[in-house]
Amino acid sequence: MSHSLVTMSYIVAAILFILSLSGLSNQETARKGNYYGMLGMAIAIIATILSGSVDSTSAVQFTIFGTTLSGAATVYGVLIAALLIGGSIGATAALKVEMTQMPELVAIMHSLVGMAAVLVGYANFMDSSITINGAEKTIHELEIYIGILIGAVTFSGSVIAFGKLSEKISGKPMLLPGRHWFNLGLLIAVIVLGAVFLQQVESGGNAIIPLAIMTVIALVFGVHMVMAIGGADMPVVISMLNSYSGWAAAATGFMLSNDLLIVTGALVGSSGAILSYIMCRAMNRHFLSVIAGGFGTASGGQAAAIEGEVQPIDAEEAAQLLQAAKNIMIIPGYGMAVAQAQHTVYEITKLLRDKGKKVRFGIHPVAGRMPGHMNVLLAEAKVPYDIVFEMDEINDDFTNVDVSIVIGANDIVNPSALNDPNSPIAGMPVLECWKGETTIVLKRSMASGYAGVGNPLFVLENTRMLFGDANASMQAVLKALKG
Amino acid sequence: MKIGIPKEIHPGEMRVATTPEAAAQIIKMGFSVSIESGAGLGANISDEAYREAGVEIVPDTKTLWKQSDIVMKVRAPERNLKLAIEETDLLSPGACLISFIWPAQNEALMQKLAAKHVTVLAMDSVPRMSRAQKMDALSSMANIAGYRAIVEAAQHFGRFFTGQITAAGKIPPAKVLVIGAGVAGLAAIGAAKGMGAIVRSFDTRPEVKEQIESMDAEFLMLDFKEEGAGTGGYAKTMSKEFIEAEMALFAEQAKEVDIIVTTALIPGKPAPKLITKAMVESMKPGSVIVDLAAEQGGNCELTEKDQVVVKHDVTLIGYTNLPSRLANQSSQLYATNLRHLLTELCPEKNGVINVNMDDEVIRGTTVIKEGNITWPPPAPKLSAAPAPQTEAPAYPSVLEQQQKKSIIHPAIRQFLPIIIGGLILFGIGAVAPESFMTHFTVFVLACFVGYQVIWNVSHSLHTPLMSVTNAISSIIVIGALVQISTPHSTVTILAGVAILLASINIVGGFLVTRRMLEMFRK
Repeated sequence: MSHSLVTMSYIVAAILFILSLSGLSNQETARKGNYYGMLGMAIAIIATILSGSVDSTSAVQFTIFGTTLSGAATVYGVLIAALLIGGSIGATAALKVEMTQMPELVAIMHSLVGMAAVLVGYANFMDSSITINGAEKTIHELEIYIGILIGAVTFSGSVIAFGKLSEKISGKPMLLPGRHWFNLGLLIAVIVLGAVFLQQVESGGNAIIPLAIMTVIALVFGVHMVMAIGGADMPVVISMLNSYSGWAAAATGFMLSNDLLIVTGALVGSSGAILSYIMCRAMNRHFLSVIAGGFGTASGGQAAAIEGEVQPIDAEEAAQLLQAAKNIMIIPGYGMAVAQAQHTVYEITKLLRDKGKKVRFGIHPVAGRMPGHMNVLLAEAKVPYDIVFEMDEINDDFTNVDVSIVIGANDIVNPSALNDPNSPIAGMPVLECWKGETTIVLKRSMASGYAGVGNPLFVLENTRMLFGDANASMQAVLKALKG
Repeated sequence: MKIGIPKEIHPGEMRVATTPEAAAQIIKMGFSVSIESGAGLGANISDEAYREAGVEIVPDTKTLWKQSDIVMKVRAPERNLKLAIEETDLLSPGACLISFIWPAQNEALMQKLAAKHVTVLAMDSVPRMSRAQKMDALSSMANIAGYRAIVEAAQHFGRFFTGQITAAGKIPPAKVLVIGAGVAGLAAIGAAKGMGAIVRSFDTRPEVKEQIESMDAEFLMLDFKEEGAGTGGYAKTMSKEFIEAEMALFAEQAKEVDIIVTTALIPGKPAPKLITKAMVESMKPGSVIVDLAAEQGGNCELTEKDQVVVKHDVTLIGYTNLPSRLANQSSQLYATNLRHLLTELCPEKNGVINVNMDDEVIRGTTVIKEGNITWPPPAPKLSAAPAPQTEAPAYPSVLEQQQKKSIIHPAIRQFLPIIIGGLILFGIGAVAPESFMTHFTVFVLACFVGYQVIWNVSHSLHTPLMSVTNAISSIIVIGALVQISTPHSTVTILAGVAILLASINIVGGFLVTRRMLEMFRK
């Protein structure tokens, strides 16, 4: 394949990727968009394999324990084996994963991109066949350095995010004393090592040592960064890591002078950055304060204590409230995901809709553990997406709502975000369900939400608490509605 | 413990303190329940129905009172004329009485009960707290009274409630004024509205405006600022000026409306006189006034307690037994209130009550504990109405804090990112070689395209967006592919592993995206 043809394929692939992302602007075109993405990826890979840069004739030589094994496998063999093994692992994971585990899957996949970027960076660094000199060489080495840096941060950060999401690691923010100084120290070390690295490369010295130390520092930085972030901020972290994996790809593109990598990396990078921005805005937090970690660092005063008594009800009474209501709003949160209650919720929704009631879903942008998490769960339960609304679309409408059901959500329906300036979540836009007639809150216990903030909603006069596992409670309500 | 339910002896009282359904649940809590024969007849409940629920039927009044550890009644104890004995004297010593008592109005009764060394829980003294709502018999009875008030009014009102335009001419809708929008007032509004009347309402507590408007009635505004809510969500006595303004409003309304329902009560005080003789005279002939405060002296000067009288061509209804006129349902609701109270008193469901004076609800309800008068209770801690929320200052104060922190002038702050960005671009342009610049052009343009495209992505598709961008970010596989055929074996291994990792991502990312998108169906 000629060089121009390969470039042309890359252009086509880049366009297909852009179409793939723009297809996501609505549900109808989204599926087509995904196929564009697949096609783009296939074109890019095939064009690269057929281009001159993958030499099919060269034998692979492995040097293990001083013994050289060679000739047994060709490059294509290794390549196809890697593609097949990787592909089948990916396919299995994709088909087996529960929709509630999507955040974990996405996190672990980000870590793979990060790792791949690190490996490609090292491979490129060790590749002696590249001959460039002067400023271009310096820039090239710098690109390798940055590529590995971003890749390593993405990798370790994503692994920790995966651990937190799958609850293998505690979701509470781990706050080291003087953590900002620690981060600053790491940053300075990375810059100094970068200078040492470039100097070593210039002088032909042993440049791999600063590179390796930097990799370790980057890994530590990634771990520390995500460890300090609380569970409620996970949507921001996930989208931020998504962004990083894009920048890692873009950095690799610079390193290899490959425009397709640059374009794609930049697309993914800006996509992740915008998502992070949307999530931060939904929580009224500064991006930097999320990254710096921990809650409650911004406000000085003591948040108002919550006083009053909750009014517990049982499933039957909840069902009666629903029977009497005309206009019902369902507000799902992470608790619905944990309890896998989405199918039961939809059963109830269907039943109520058949009875001529207006049932809608109100989704807070940061509900769940990743952007759009709730939408995916509701889609899995086959809830038609035209009754699922964004916070901004329905928040003014709560005065007309007879009954709101809050399923395992806490901070996103906390009135103190609006009226208590000392609350750690002050200023965060929330679903104002208390403006409706009655709110039923499904909750496992009176423990506070992920943000560790008390919720005055629970003791409001028009709030009823239905304690228990979300799915069990919803099942009981469904039974009562049918019976 | 044995619970006894005597037959009500007050003239016109048709209610009964328990129903078969409630009794069955009380028995489940471990109590045994007996009822005086014929106690439920007024509420259309036969002895047979009670017996089926497991209730013992006791024909003799005295036996029932004597054998019961807990007596549950509707009305406060009074003199039984048939047996010529005070009901109070029938109570066995140490027993517990649960009924309406009205301790403020019935001091003599309180003294008598205290002398008997009994424990008395007054259903009219249940504190107005959220938790106690399910035992709030005043509300449940007021709800019925409000509804019935409209039914009575309709009975005596010689016209349609709803407006009609017929071939034989036009019938204007009736105009109803409801004074006092408590539970009874709101129920009256609902009933009158349901019959098609034009409903107006007035209350001294401005916070009920929303409730009135939620019932689709018109709230009559008084151009006068005074907070009318006393403790516990009840109304309080207003200032002289306020009352004058209020009376002027009523006088004006009286000329216009056809039906007035008054429900104004202040706890422990005689009912305020709101409708004067002059106002009644100014009303149209055939108009109706239903005075729900007749028991406490009436809101209208001309009301006669327990009577329907016609004065100045206006029918004045002064019934005090409106809930009894819907005896079956009011018995059901009252029985449920009592059952909830028993649940609170007997948390262990072992059939033994524990009058726990540390519990705020039980403390408030108990007016005599083992012969000691414990009424009035200490002031309730919580008002039923939420404290006014201060929403407005929250935002500005947060903003102020932020602005104080910033040392840099806001105008400079605004341009700071642009300045920094410009400097960085200048720096790169100054030192970078040309080959880098071509790639950089591509990079910046791609960022821009990404920015434009991503903002259009639907919020609900953010998760698929993340998984698809994750899949396409594994384009990094290209980097590994171009390096795999270098002669250096370590490089080959690294590249091979990178291909493996990236291909997990490619296949996994696209497939999981596909799976998700398949689910988004209309």
